Amino acid sequence: MQNRTGTSLTLNFRLLLCIPIMALTGCSGMQSALNPAGAQAGRISGLWWLFFFVLTSVYVLVLIFTIAVFFRRHRSSLPLAPELPHPPRERRAQTIVGSAVGVTVIILFVFLFAEFATGHSLQEQPEPGALQIKVTGRQWWWEVQYQDPTPSRMVTTANEIHVPVGRSVQFQLQSPDVIHSFWAPNFHGKKDLIPGHPTTLTFKATTPGTFRGQCAEYCGFQHAHMRFVIVAESTNDFQTWLEQQRQPGREPGDETEKKGKEVFMSASCVMCHTIQGTPARATVGPDLTHLGSRPFLGAGTIPNNLGHLGGWVLDPQSIKPGVHMPQNNLSPGDLRALIAYLESLK
Amino acid sequence: MTRTSHLQIRDFKGDIPRADAEQLERVWSRPKGLLGWLVTTNHKDIGKRYIVTAFIFFLCGGLLAALMRLQLMKPENSFLGPDLYNQFFTVHGTTMMFLFAVPIMEGMGIYLVPLMLGTRNVPFPRMNTFGYYIYLLGGILLFVSLFLNVGPDAGWFAYVPLSGPHYSPGKRVDIWSQMITLTEIAALVGAVEIITAVFKHRAVGMSLNRIPMFVWAQVVTSFMVIFAMPSIMLASGVLAMDRLAHVNTHFFNPAEGGDALLYQHLFWFFGHPEVYIIFIPATGFVSTIVETFSRRKMFGYLGLVLSLVSTAFIGFGLWVHHMFATPVAELGQGFFTGASMLIAIPSGIQIFCWLTTLLTGKPQLKTPLLWVLGFIALFVLGGLTGIMLASVSLDLQVHDTFFVVAHFHYVLIGGAVFPLFGAFYYWFPKWTGRMLSEGLGKLNFWLFFIGFNLTFFPMHILGLHGMTRRIYTYVVESGWGNLNLLATIGAGVMALSVIVFLTNVFVSRKSGVIAGANPWGAPTLEWGTASPPPPYGFLYLPTVQSRDPLWSDKDSPVIVGLSNTKREVLNTTILDAMPEHRYELAIDSIWPFALALAAGGSFIGAVFNAWAIPIGAALSFLVLSLWFWRGNEPKFLLEGIQHTPSSPSHPSKRVLEETPA
Repeated sequence: MQNRTGTSLTLNFRLLLCIPIMALTGCSGMQSALNPAGAQAGRISGLWWLFFFVLTSVYVLVLIFTIAVFFRRHRSSLPLAPELPHPPRERRAQTIVGSAVGVTVIILFVFLFAEFATGHSLQEQPEPGALQIKVTGRQWWWEVQYQDPTPSRMVTTANEIHVPVGRSVQFQLQSPDVIHSFWAPNFHGKKDLIPGHPTTLTFKATTPGTFRGQCAEYCGFQHAHMRFVIVAESTNDFQTWLEQQRQPGREPGDETEKKGKEVFMSASCVMCHTIQGTPARATVGPDLTHLGSRPFLGAGTIPNNLGHLGGWVLDPQSIKPGVHMPQNNLSPGDLRALIAYLESLK
Repeated sequence: MTRTSHLQIRDFKGDIPRADAEQLERVWSRPKGLLGWLVTTNHKDIGKRYIVTAFIFFLCGGLLAALMRLQLMKPENSFLGPDLYNQFFTVHGTTMMFLFAVPIMEGMGIYLVPLMLGTRNVPFPRMNTFGYYIYLLGGILLFVSLFLNVGPDAGWFAYVPLSGPHYSPGKRVDIWSQMITLTEIAALVGAVEIITAVFKHRAVGMSLNRIPMFVWAQVVTSFMVIFAMPSIMLASGVLAMDRLAHVNTHFFNPAEGGDALLYQHLFWFFGHPEVYIIFIPATGFVSTIVETFSRRKMFGYLGLVLSLVSTAFIGFGLWVHHMFATPVAELGQGFFTGASMLIAIPSGIQIFCWLTTLLTGKPQLKTPLLWVLGFIALFVLGGLTGIMLASVSLDLQVHDTFFVVAHFHYVLIGGAVFPLFGAFYYWFPKWTGRMLSEGLGKLNFWLFFIGFNLTFFPMHILGLHGMTRRIYTYVVESGWGNLNLLATIGAGVMALSVIVFLTNVFVSRKSGVIAGANPWGAPTLEWGTASPPPPYGFLYLPTVQSRDPLWSDKDSPVIVGLSNTKREVLNTTILDAMPEHRYELAIDSIWPFALALAAGGSFIGAVFNAWAIPIGAALSFLVLSLWFWRGNEPKFLLEGIQHTPSSPSHPSKRVLEETPA
């Protein structure tokens, strides 16, 4: 009941207020708490609009009384003689103030119970068939691992999360370095990733689309560039994507790509990165098995295309200062081959 | 301390005995020159110094904010890199909280509370001076480090493990943690002064129910300081020990069995009360200004006092709402949500009482009152978004976004800086003897009000649309560019307004209208002495018969019989403020300054080497021995002072008609 009301309220007010605001300000809504694409964010946004309208009314009332002071002002450059309070008027004022306090208490109780109802609904245990995704926050990128009882069927990727619409997803959140916070506002509120305190977050996507999220807890030098893409899609599309991600890294198709793979395996790349199906098995940096299919590089710093990838490989420090990836001195030929190989890893 | 044998309360008519004023002037004045400046223990000197120093830090912190706004003006801006931006937001937050807001409120208290209580100085004058110097050292340490490009960069909250030795190598965080310790020592010192003054040095007749609202606000805040500050000093001290080479404790290191969340609890157990430590003194300004300019007694005095006290209690029970995104069980969250919403009730009562006082009085819209009306408009908005943050569900969405940045700037600038500016306009005549210009004051207000809203209102929308805090840049596709540009323009308007204020101060200090003792026709005791007040405050200590002595009391008697050859004040009883005994205060001394150097040097030295602590402790012991060694004071500090009991001084007529010597 609460849920249904919340959602319909949300829809109405999105049309009324939110869309003009987004249009006016240029906000895209791809990373917005007021544009829910999941059940949990929907409930929160319903609660938001309840708070918003009640509190706005309260605010307008207080403003009216404040502005009234302007109209009651006495113009005199010298201080007026202080006035003794009139007892009957004081008693009237006491009644009014007392009632205002009473109304405040009632409003606060309404809010408190609305919050408890919403908060409790967010606490629900995930259904048994919930998709399990382990997200590890690192300075400054996200490692995303789709869990599976068979270890070889697990999928590891970075800064990109696909979720099926209509199925609960439980995220197991952890951090090996500093505190991060996982936030995809279109789906749910945030949850901190705290070293030594593994946490979970569960949501269910309801609307397909491509959305953004980002780290919400200051985590050091490049906190600004710790972003991710979250794609909600139909179960079929999701299964296709997951199956494709399970494949080992694509074998080089032509001579250039073959040379690129040799460069990768002989340069320092192999010290930090994994490409499934090759000897590169290091886990310091992101898994690159399907790098070519990802939309962004450097955790949402730049779009993923040939030019940007070249610049990134040569000198990541100039693009994302402080990133834990060193500069690489490669000859133009080696670089071109390496980029061709990496982009072929769809 | 001397028995009260000579003490009398008399009501005399006649001329003011000039000899008495001159003698008091000799006893209470500080020596001339730089040395006099260093040794002074007068609360008016120290209070003014706190206010000016803290305001300079406000300008520095504001400058950093303006630079950050320039960086965020457009997406992918390269004006500041991540290194500078991270240092700037850390130092901005740290400065505004620790070097500006808390000390300036305390400075206002140190200057005004003894005058409002009708006494001559704070009860422990040397300790008060020590507090100022240790605060100054902390502030200098922070800004010197920033200029040397080793400013702290782990946020004003310095969460571990990011601030731990592994993820923040170098000295940056150490400087932050020692600066915290230094400034919090100063805060504790000020709190002890104010609590003691309010409970033991009130004017005869000022029973608890006649204490001015401003003084209530100060004493409630001081109790909060005493409970809150030790928590942050523990957190920052232990963090320093975790980081210090050859000490290397592991309190907060998860890899060695320490706990990262423990730090957050310690930090926010201080951090949330801190907000009220800043806000409650501001309510004192508001109540004072509202009462004076409504030309009527405050409506709901008892309600206002109880609101302050209950805010102080509840304020310690809601720190976890800063931690809703960490693992906290549902029932526990419910308690903290309840407490966070509960605090809206005393805040609401205060707003209702102020509005009632204004609307049932004869409001005169002078500049101080204008700032108070601005305060109501902005603080209420910030308070209402605060109710949203009390809800766990909403908080999970807007926590650590620009929505929260907007919220607490409405609460802290709207709730504390607006009343503070009002207080500047209100008490400037008392401090300097001259009025600030009303015209420039109104320009100052409107520019600040408009600039503030342009800067911070758009941040609500930005936060809801996903803009997280503490990011030095954002991508074009986020669509956050326009509102950020608007916010930056607003920051420019605010900067302009501050320039108007500074101009007003510098011009009016020299050529403002002469104020006289009580230009606003205000009811409280500080207006019962000259502007600026003489070093001894009141020629004869006043007595009061009501809550607003300058309005209601007719022919109040004054206290005679206090020594005029010693720095003597009167102790009164806690509840009814009846005279207890005479109490001699310490004279000026260089040792508070020396102790600040020894103790401060030891904390600063500990950034580099653990041996600084034992060495500093030994030096401090030496200095304290000299401090307490009576009879070693140099001659020039003893002018006019006799250590022998003296005969009673001459009577005077009513204190409220007193003129300066």
